[in-house]
Amino acid sequence: MIAAFRIPGAGRLKQAETARFSFDGQSYSGVEGDTLASALLANGVHLVGRSFKYHRPRGFLSAGAEEPNALVEIKRDSARKTPNVRATVQELYDGLTAQSQNRWPSLSFDVGAVNDIASPLFSAGFYYKTFMWPKAAWKKFYEPKIRAAAGLGVAPDQPDPDHYSARFAHCDVLVLGGGAAGIAAALAAAETGVRVILADEQADFGGSLRFESGARIEGQDGFAWAQAAVAKLKGMDNVRVLSRTTAFGYYAQNFVGLVERVSDHLQNPGRELPRERLWQVRAKRVVLATGAIERHMVFADNDRPGIMLASAARTYLNHYGVAVGRNIGVYTANDSAYAAAIDLKKAGVGVAAIVDLRDNPTGPVIDEARALGIEVNFGRAVIRAGGKLRVSSMTVQPKNGGGERTIPVDAILMSAGWTPSVHLFSQSRGKVAFNDETKRFVPGTYVQDCVSVGACNGTDGLSATIDEAYAAGAKAAKDAGASTVKGTKPKVDASESWSRGMLGAAPGAGPGTTVKAFVDFQNDVTAKDIRQAVHEGMHSIEHVKRFTTNGMATDQGKTSNMHGLAIAAETLGKPIPQVGLTTFRAPYTPVTFGSIVGHARGPLFDATRKTAIHPWAEAQGAVFEDVGQWKRAWYFPKAGEDMHAAVDRECVTVRKTAGLFDASTLGKIEVVGPDAAKFMELLYTNPWEKLEPGRCRYGIMLREDGFIYDDGVVGRLAPDRFHVTTTTGGAPRVMNHMEDYLQTEFPHLNVWLTSITEQWAVIAVQGPKSRDIIAPLVEGIDMSDEALPHMSVREGRICGVPTRLFRMSFTGERGFEVNVPADYGQAVWEALWAEGQKLGACAYGTESMHVLRAEKGYIIVGQDTDGTVTPNDAGLDWAVGKKKTDFVGIRGMARPDLVAKGRKQLVGLKTKDPKVVLEEGAQIVADPKQAIPMTMIGHVTSSYWSQNCGRSIALALVAGGRDRMGETLYVPMPDGTIEVEITGMVFFDEKGERLNG
Amino acid sequence: MLLIRCPYCEEERPELEFRNAGEAHIARSANMAGESDDDFEKFFFIRSNPKGIIYERWRHMHGCARFFNAVRDTVTDKFIMTYKAGEPKPAKLPGASK
Repeated sequence: MIAAFRIPGAGRLKQAETARFSFDGQSYSGVEGDTLASALLANGVHLVGRSFKYHRPRGFLSAGAEEPNALVEIKRDSARKTPNVRATVQELYDGLTAQSQNRWPSLSFDVGAVNDIASPLFSAGFYYKTFMWPKAAWKKFYEPKIRAAAGLGVAPDQPDPDHYSARFAHCDVLVLGGGAAGIAAALAAAETGVRVILADEQADFGGSLRFESGARIEGQDGFAWAQAAVAKLKGMDNVRVLSRTTAFGYYAQNFVGLVERVSDHLQNPGRELPRERLWQVRAKRVVLATGAIERHMVFADNDRPGIMLASAARTYLNHYGVAVGRNIGVYTANDSAYAAAIDLKKAGVGVAAIVDLRDNPTGPVIDEARALGIEVNFGRAVIRAGGKLRVSSMTVQPKNGGGERTIPVDAILMSAGWTPSVHLFSQSRGKVAFNDETKRFVPGTYVQDCVSVGACNGTDGLSATIDEAYAAGAKAAKDAGASTVKGTKPKVDASESWSRGMLGAAPGAGPGTTVKAFVDFQNDVTAKDIRQAVHEGMHSIEHVKRFTTNGMATDQGKTSNMHGLAIAAETLGKPIPQVGLTTFRAPYTPVTFGSIVGHARGPLFDATRKTAIHPWAEAQGAVFEDVGQWKRAWYFPKAGEDMHAAVDRECVTVRKTAGLFDASTLGKIEVVGPDAAKFMELLYTNPWEKLEPGRCRYGIMLREDGFIYDDGVVGRLAPDRFHVTTTTGGAPRVMNHMEDYLQTEFPHLNVWLTSITEQWAVIAVQGPKSRDIIAPLVEGIDMSDEALPHMSVREGRICGVPTRLFRMSFTGERGFEVNVPADYGQAVWEALWAEGQKLGACAYGTESMHVLRAEKGYIIVGQDTDGTVTPNDAGLDWAVGKKKTDFVGIRGMARPDLVAKGRKQLVGLKTKDPKVVLEEGAQIVADPKQAIPMTMIGHVTSSYWSQNCGRSIALALVAGGRDRMGETLYVPMPDGTIEVEITGMVFFDEKGERLNG
Repeated sequence: MLLIRCPYCEEERPELEFRNAGEAHIARSANMAGESDDDFEKFFFIRSNPKGIIYERWRHMHGCARFFNAVRDTVTDKFIMTYKAGEPKPAKLPGASK
């Protein structure tokens, strides 16, 4: 059975009803090629939503992307719920399930509609004024209530199971908009052979040829010509044609963002298809052919379901074969609505009357309407619409007042004229200019290499559009490098023209009236609201916009901005261009987060770095922690151990026997060249020239301001070669810092820098038995204390592979760091592990590493320092070369504030109760009894339980800390104040004897 | 996304490959340790932050890794020109009226 409002023979769809769908639980049928809107209209359904603020019943205003009212939720399954989908854009598929929004308990009976009666409360700026007292009630009562009552769809509550892809593309000519203008421009450009991309937001190309029954090009119906022309373009190797693709943002240097909706129109998209694809296109030239959007008439109750744009009704008839009513009224201020009346009349639909605001218009469409027997009224206004859930009548009055007449209708088609779509042009930073004669903003000053053609450029008529577009397409191709134009311009045989119209409120909704004549449907802004905003002092259009929220909904005011501007200008008594247009911003239509994020989610959000030894640690049951992008083994729990027990055991084992630690993530940079030592002198505080090859030194790097930037042990392998280590997190920025100085401040130095972090795996072997573990595997290196003292480095072989063997310690124990090429990392680790096992060594993770270094008072840059700590503050004065005349930070370090007394200095803290472990970041005060807010004199930077010390230990930055040794200070916490004593930073083996133990 | 011409690669590449490195033509003193407090303040802290033409440093981080200088208009975000590190501040800008 054919749906009630589908007109046999009308439209372009095959009228076999193949698609079943449901709306609010009710089943309907539609045909292939329908949108949800056309299918609902075919079934006589106009009521599809409730408005944002007043919960007024709403239907379809448009047949396209500008739709403000018909927003629905499309539900595929529990996770695939998309709110705020424009029913006019959603293509129908068999099984589609849609639901209305913002209503309770049902669409036709909505309790929230009480807001409509109480609407004086909700006029412009209501939330700035009404709910301000009592103040506390805003957060707890008003805001949640308002948020629940106002609003549109509900965001899905499950992770998005779909995937989204992304492409970058380059082309010579990018044509945005696939109507007559865009197709003509694309043809002209494509025929020259340059690379062309043509994109349109709809499923089919053709733009307004979809409804313009009077257009004929190249001897055929305009829409048919469009299909043939696009088929030709698709067949060309130099052309990419993208349908269902919206250009949402126009950025600098002709960079355009587009979203292609790949599978939202498919019944069973399948897992291999992305839902959407983001195109980031860089074009040498852009042709904007974005068309124009029809405006509605602003009159009382102009939002009743059944009242829509004339072009929308024409689209539903001429493309979808659907009549939007049986007895239609037309309200217009221009010619184009006549064509809608004529098309509907010819299709057998009753047209009750055309009401034209103009006094004595003439023209062929008016003659034709009369010839068809349609009643035409000039100089009259529709001052009110009747009906609630569906329009039932229109009340007509001479525009200067007089007797009223009510005409029963079931739909009103309106047209106040056409607004050029200058959104993308404006986003390109072009300046629009107001044409006083036609009362529209058109592209004025261009900033980028683009051109506007057709209706978006204010060009009227198909012939003029195709002339302009074809020439512009050819010129764009030429400017992009094409040599000759070969094709021929499409010939226009017949065309329609869109004449002017009106802006602002129509008679009956003008100054002094209080009717609800909607300007912005989606945000429920009326003509009265805009006048009120001006009266309350909003004189800038940007203020009027924010105060009334006109144009701030998800449709970004596509139908409302010009009306709102005209009403504001009239109220201000200023000409429109002096009031100015609000800025158009991306996106043109809403863009999903998914398409922006693309593949960068979950594990692909950021790179994950794993060391060569990672698989071994994983197999051992290590618990990992994230350190930047790295996964680092945190601790190695044995059966039944919690973190605390595992760390205690690891720490004790290292000091008693030995432990193995994967230090591969340490940043490593090789500094090589004849001037390597000179360069090191300039980048680090320490002296390097006299460091003998084979020896190591703990280096401190400052920024120019004198604060600690990084640290690490540096080994001199040869007079011209340093093996520099950095903190794990600091490697990239240290490299950048070094390159910066080398390239720009010290370019005279003959030095090369190479990042070798990933080339060398590093196995730290620490503890009294460490040498016994390593020695059996090493060749060519004398491991005696005399030949390889603490802080030295040798090159040789271990397990048959090359090694840079450092004797160094970050635990205070005798220790080594075995560097081997990363490919051998795990094999060497396993060999060392086997040796270690014989002696009772353990593997330890980053937590134990932290505890062990804190027991020795070794700092961690970025934990115990925070970018405001000088070497002196950290007690590292000894590492600053006193005789040096220059290094980065030498002057900054000497600034008055950095050498002043009372600076925060790193010290040790012992809690009076040894069992209490302080919280890192806790604040320290001198007098716990002082009034709040207390004077804070420092904070805890590191704090651990130390099984080796049998007590808690902590490091802290405390004002004048080194002069407070032995003092008692206080750490106020929510559940009581903790007493602490200031101590030195070394808690274990103060004399450092164990380094050779 | 901007396109930036790397004067070393002699190619326009997308902004993603580059990293800004602050204002250009601020020379580090050869006698840094002897700088007065005022001079150090000027060198380290004071930046022009102009509305309009700025001379700044960029690094072709994910390309040739070289630092270079650029002239950019902070109002339009347009790059007027780029040139190699160490080259003097251009006396005349292309397209400038004066």
